[in-house]
Amino acid sequence: MSGFVRAAGAEWVKLRSVRSTVVTLSLFAFVALGLGWVVANGFSEGGPAADALLPIMFGLLTAQLVLVTFAVATVGSEFSTGTIRASLAAVPSRGRFFAAKMTAVGLTVAAAALVVEVAVYGLVRVVIGDAAAPLTEWWTIEALLGGWIHLTLLSVFTASIAMMLRSTVVTLSILLPVLFLSSQGLGNLDAIRPVVQYFPDQVGMVIMHMTVPGDPRFGRDYGPWEGIAILVLWTAAALVGGWLSMRRRDA
Amino acid sequence: MVIEVSNLTKRYRGGTAVDDLTFTVEPGRVTGFLGPNGAGKSTTIRLILGLDRPTGGSATVNGRPYRSLERPLTSVGALMDAGDLHPTRSVREHLRWLARTNGIGERRIGEVLEATGMAGVARKHAKTLSLGMKQRLGVAAALLGDPGVLILDEPVNGLDPEGVVWIRNLMKGLAAEGRTVLVSSHLMSEMALTAEHLVVIGRGRLLADTSTKDFIAAHAPADGSGASLEEAFMRLTGASVEFRSGGSL
Repeated sequence: MSGFVRAAGAEWVKLRSVRSTVVTLSLFAFVALGLGWVVANGFSEGGPAADALLPIMFGLLTAQLVLVTFAVATVGSEFSTGTIRASLAAVPSRGRFFAAKMTAVGLTVAAAALVVEVAVYGLVRVVIGDAAAPLTEWWTIEALLGGWIHLTLLSVFTASIAMMLRSTVVTLSILLPVLFLSSQGLGNLDAIRPVVQYFPDQVGMVIMHMTVPGDPRFGRDYGPWEGIAILVLWTAAALVGGWLSMRRRDA
Repeated sequence: MVIEVSNLTKRYRGGTAVDDLTFTVEPGRVTGFLGPNGAGKSTTIRLILGLDRPTGGSATVNGRPYRSLERPLTSVGALMDAGDLHPTRSVREHLRWLARTNGIGERRIGEVLEATGMAGVARKHAKTLSLGMKQRLGVAAALLGDPGVLILDEPVNGLDPEGVVWIRNLMKGLAAEGRTVLVSSHLMSEMALTAEHLVVIGRGRLLADTSTKDFIAAHAPADGSGASLEEAFMRLTGASVEFRSGGSL
């Protein structure tokens, strides 16, 4: 078994052996399902067909705050508890340790996001019946796929930032306001929208049908998969930053 | 297996923590690593373990830098801060993730739990452990890979008298098996009982590298009255402290 596989296996043991993993991922599911249910109950037919995606995406996009907190805390707790010293003594290759941690966090988040997204889709379908977004349409599949990629990559992005900042609290206190509050609210202001629309939490909005290119208020200058490509770039940049910071600094 | 430290230097923005330090830790005996607070003991240990990068010089285990070891826990076991535990992870799971990193089997976890008297609390969360039990868990983690080299930073901290005797006998036993044991401590009386050899540092520099017996004899009072390790240590490091205050004027 290669050193990377051993290290990733150890990261998986770390994840599943602490209570907070079960607690936060359950909370993620609860918020996504609960808000999906609430919005689905208020859903009225007659608008554009793609509006049927709103009950699914609204719950998931709110619950992403919980998922991101999970990803950040997974990294931050190594520093707050001091286990980072034992981790690096056991896996002295910084690149290997970082890759193993990001793989374990990424796969766990991807699995949780997939299961919850499918569950939310099923719940919304039960509530609004035939008006639900049909799985026979490509735009439904595209939105669900895009939402899953968005949740997964955004979590890896924030986990990498946490590796650079070495703290759950510092990371969340910077990322939550910048990425999730100001850009969703202030992002609609004409003055800053040309910049804010490229922020990592915003670039998935087109594929999830939370906005469309050309919309006068919420419009974007890129298409659905271009948005995902931008998110991939953000994630890649954060991974490089996290890796460089791991490599250079003393434990 | 030997630990070789040669011309090791670590400078921070605020000053020099380890200053051109050279010594060798031989197998088959307990080597005490002594020095006043802030002398650079912990920094030296962190440099040996590859946690910090040296500014100059090198530290190797059996001729290889720690960071180049593929499965380091199988050659070097270390106890640093016993409090470095996730509060809601159980004792067994803590050892399990460590074992996984180095491909160490599940059976070995049970063995080290038995050897350290921790088998009964294997399912307890780390936050419920006393400091003494955390130290035992740290020793269990260090023994996990059955390593030829053991590095223990202040292992008797927080142990009750029974625990102190236990760890003293454990260290002597490990050395008698031919392992290399480096143990830092500020408890002179404990070192006098445990360590055959001493490496003493002050302000990051080597002050003595000698057998415990010779060290006490060399720093005994001139009037010929009996000397303890503690007195000898105070004489030696007291000089280094005076030198420091003299130097800063």
